[in-house]
Amino acid sequence: MRTPLKHSITVRVNGAEYRHEVEPRLLLVYYLREVLGLTGTHIGCDTTSCGACTVILNGMAVKACTVLAVQADGAEILTVEGLAKDSQLHPIQEGFWEEHGLQCGFCTPGMMLAAIQILARNPNPTDDEIRHGLDGNLCRCTGYQHIVNSVRYAARKLRETNQEAIPSAGGGR
Amino acid sequence: MIPAAFEYHRPSSVKDALKMLQDLPDAKLLAGGHSLLPLMKLRLANPPHLIDLGRIDALRQIRADRNILVIGAMASHWMIESSESVKRHAPLLAETAGKVGDVQVRNAGTIGGSVAHADPAADYPAALLALDAQFVAEGPNGPRVIAVDDFFTGVFSTALDAHEILTEVRLPFQDAGTGSAYLKFAHPASGFAVVGVAAALRMNGGKPARIRIGITGVGPAAYRPKAVEELLVGKPFEARTVAEAANLAADGVDVNEDLFASSEYRAHLTRVFTKRAVMLAGERGGARSE
Ligand SMILES: Cc1cc2nc3c(=O)[nH]c(=O)nc-3n(C[C@H](O)[C@H](O)[C@H](O)COP(=O)(O)OP(=O)(O)OC[C@H]3O[C@@H](n4cnc5c(N)ncnc54)[C@H](O)[C@@H]3O)c2cc1C
Ligand code: FES
Ligand code: FES
Repeated sequence: MRTPLKHSITVRVNGAEYRHEVEPRLLLVYYLREVLGLTGTHIGCDTTSCGACTVILNGMAVKACTVLAVQADGAEILTVEGLAKDSQLHPIQEGFWEEHGLQCGFCTPGMMLAAIQILARNPNPTDDEIRHGLDGNLCRCTGYQHIVNSVRYAARKLRETNQEAIPSAGGGR
Repeated sequence: MIPAAFEYHRPSSVKDALKMLQDLPDAKLLAGGHSLLPLMKLRLANPPHLIDLGRIDALRQIRADRNILVIGAMASHWMIESSESVKRHAPLLAETAGKVGDVQVRNAGTIGGSVAHADPAADYPAALLALDAQFVAEGPNGPRVIAVDDFFTGVFSTALDAHEILTEVRLPFQDAGTGSAYLKFAHPASGFAVVGVAAALRMNGGKPARIRIGITGVGPAAYRPKAVEELLVGKPFEARTVAEAANLAADGVDVNEDLFASSEYRAHLTRVFTKRAVMLAGERGGARSE
């Protein structure tokens, strides 16, 4: 078979616009890591199971190992690199820091992006709702309790400071 | 893991998509990609052409049309789980959508992709059987309607033709007197249904006047345990009679077996979950629990 046509895509990632010619089979996670150099988005399983590759695409948490870069054409994307603003940590980052939500840190970017999806839909979740919302994210280190505490911390902080859980660069409102 | 090379196409209307599907050899439709892309990464599927339905906005709509709820094939699991209209008119489907996979999967995956893929352990088929759904498929000769009882034909197979596009799932409104429930025994690793039972029943004077049950995860395709339904209609609704009827839930079925659940264990779970789902649906429909 002849080499498939490349497609031109335009995306806004963490507020900055990019345009590239990509092969249709390029997965979004490889586009972010290898084309844009944003290696904060991790690849754990590459089989849609672990959630390490979670990013926010047009306001929705998705597993970037199971989305084609061409599907994201025109999208607003938020990765872990876009969470902090002007060296001010996002409340979810602050939560993981204060509540010891990470050990090795491999799952952390995906956990934080899934967490802000939960908080965008439910600003005051119970522990059960947090756990249920993190069903798609695996952590091999923490045993999860500190992650739940971190999300609860972020929920409180977001409410107190009246902030949107998903910053606008991710396509959130 | 990287899929084999393919050509990518992005039609903006069902008409264009349909034309591509007829013209491009061995083309596959791409919906949320959450069944197809994993298969392509494992090279279990190597379509030379992908036709992305993601930009056809008309396919994403959820609307009420008189007393029919019309759900576009590209509506995501999250849209269905959170839609006020689905929660009001087909609460069983909203409940089921909320039990598919995880948050990220529900954001990406679609009802059309799920039913077209027809995984024997998928959740929707159970609810769609219980709700007496209809499917609208667009083909080269125009649209046709397929009843749910004829739709799921076997392991990963449906009544859809390779040259057709599923455009809508249509559901009669669940009326106020209808109680429903979807109960799922999720596989601890994959989250798919080891057994999933959906029940919808309308009570009349303490007796089920109408009942439909859908069971997934158990046989090659989701099915209705008609013997159970028949035993329950018009009989007093009591835990003992429900349990007796539910004992027939896996009869005559070629019950699946895998590393996690033997066919004997799965058949047992089927009977237990059928009893529980019917009891819960009855309670929600206004029956007293004994
Ligand atoms: C980690 C994980 C966990 C999951 N857990 C569950 C679970 O618990 N329960 C469950 O039910 N599912 C589960 N799924 C499957 C998920 O629900 C998929 O989203 C769904 O099965 C497929 O929908 P899709 O939109 O992603 O379709 P795609 O993957 O894009 O397509 C699937 C198939 O359907 C065809 N197709 C798509 N749209 C149409 C159409 N409109 N007309 C005709 N053919 C079409 C495609 O060509 C393809 O063959 C899980 C998936 C993952 C990755
Ligand atoms: S790398 Fe995408 S889910 Fe694990
Ligand atoms: S902190 Fe190590 S995997 Fe979660």
